[in-house]
Amino acid sequence: MSSIPEELRYTKESEWIRMDDDFTGTCGITDHAQEMLTDIVFVELPDVGIEVAQGEQVAVVESVKAVSNVYAPVSGKIVEVNSALEDSPELLNSDPYGDGWIYKIEIKNKTELEGLLTAEQYGEHIASEG
Amino acid sequence: MSTIFDLSGKGKSAFAAPQWDVKDYDPVPDALCDDGVDLIEVSEIDVVRHYTALSTMNIGVDTAMYPLGSCTMKYNPKINERTASLDGFAKIHPLCGDAMSQGALRLMYELNEYLCAITGMSAFTLSPAAGAHGELTGVMVVKKYFEHRGENRRVVLIPDSAHGTNPASVTMCGFEVREVPSTPDGDVDMRALRGMVNDNVAAMMLTSPNTLGLFDRNIHEIADVLHAGGALFYCDGANLNALLGVAMIADMGFDLMHINLHKTFSTPHGGGGPGSGPMGAAGKLARFLPAPLVAKKNETYILEYDRPDSIGRVHSFYGNFLMMVRAYTYIRMLGPDGIREAGENAVLNANYLRALLADEFNAPVKRICKHEFVINDSGMPNGVTTNDIAKRILDYGYHAPTVYFPLLIHGAMMIEPTETECRNTLERFAETLIRIKKEAAENPEMVKSAPHTTPVKRVDAVLAARKPVLQWEG
Repeated sequence: MSSIPEELRYTKESEWIRMDDDFTGTCGITDHAQEMLTDIVFVELPDVGIEVAQGEQVAVVESVKAVSNVYAPVSGKIVEVNSALEDSPELLNSDPYGDGWIYKIEIKNKTELEGLLTAEQYGEHIASEG
Repeated sequence: MSTIFDLSGKGKSAFAAPQWDVKDYDPVPDALCDDGVDLIEVSEIDVVRHYTALSTMNIGVDTAMYPLGSCTMKYNPKINERTASLDGFAKIHPLCGDAMSQGALRLMYELNEYLCAITGMSAFTLSPAAGAHGELTGVMVVKKYFEHRGENRRVVLIPDSAHGTNPASVTMCGFEVREVPSTPDGDVDMRALRGMVNDNVAAMMLTSPNTLGLFDRNIHEIADVLHAGGALFYCDGANLNALLGVAMIADMGFDLMHINLHKTFSTPHGGGGPGSGPMGAAGKLARFLPAPLVAKKNETYILEYDRPDSIGRVHSFYGNFLMMVRAYTYIRMLGPDGIREAGENAVLNANYLRALLADEFNAPVKRICKHEFVINDSGMPNGVTTNDIAKRILDYGYHAPTVYFPLLIHGAMMIEPTETECRNTLERFAETLIRIKKEAAENPEMVKSAPHTTPVKRVDAVLAARKPVLQWEG
């Protein structure tokens, strides 16, 4: 069973966001996502400073199995990216909620957070997908 | 095995340069000479042995069944090679002019007619060098069509079952991609589609039959929804083999399409290529096709350049001509009835194999299929995965099926036998897959460490992708 930390919010596409303060969130892909993708070999990071809309593609992860888009869980501005992933994409496998974070986003509209899935809802969602 | 570089040795080369016999002429100034290029030196027989040995390490359609889904790895009839090597075709020069190229031009003209008869399109350009190039050409035609109408539509719809080349072609032409979901039983989700079509949508690209090997049961409705919204309907014809002589792409409501001659019409794939991806257009769109097209005037064939609405050239000269010769030969050898039979047998073979595997392997979509079908690794014992099965198949001398595609099926194995294989071969292949499942139950470590009998054992795909070595280092 994959890990789904209680304090995070999730999307159906298996991204997570953790609020660092009132305006900034850290984002990545879930443990379930990295399990499905298997060994990740390449991560394409967004440019710092760009603005993205909720649901817009923001990064790309490539595993030995497939290439997957990573979508923004909320609208906002990219303020920092985890450049360690460029040389060590395997961090996404070993520590998806920690050292494997992908980018930090300055949130535009906090009400969007309320529409995201809780840990419990996300757990049910992936269970229903089999 | 050693590389050609390892075989090299000073003086081994069989080549002897003739004596310098130009008098009173100082060849090349010393200032322009350096120490020379470090070329390998190998004798002719060493070269022959080296590459012959390499070729025996391959699994190819000439050695065993090659069930690579969505690739239509059918037999390449040897007569194709015979016609393609006729002097008049093989040695023709692209600049020798219409008058001296009548035979070649006639072949291109008639191939276009055959492709139109098979698909219902109005005209094809034979120029694109492969399927993805055909797609790109098609999307350029879509763009030109809307430019002509003075409309600026930005979006192209692509189902989640699509080939990865579709979004790439669309993006290359400056459109945005929107993904259309599929229903659980493999059709386009009509409700989602209706919600997505608007006056910003230029086209939808659909593979027909789709990459699950299924014919979309709402195909006319999809076409109607798109056309009502002013959008075009593009068919990725990669899977045309299933429909040969049975159903025409234009009748389904498609406005444009491409064909992979190296799939449907038995010209070689990949390293044996090059490919060829003719792109066809229905009625109103034919005038945008690339120039030149072959036309016939007073019993003479000409290359027609006077096409004012054309998107222009997409390939130097006229495309990969010898692939056209091979496809033409295939069509002429089979004739209309044979073409239909090829399509019917491709579908029959896929369904027979699907039925042979139905009790042992999980099929995420349980429907009569067309030319290919998808099973997956759910229900495999001891955590044996699709990747392990694909590796183990190699030990039995088969090429692996397409794995982990389409992406919407977890652990997918996509199997396409084509009409090439006889019943015995299909049964042996099914027995092999079932035996691998048994091995997975009894001896999982052996399956997980396969292949064992191939020249190269299991490769470290992760290391190869993360730290690729792209150059020989002696």
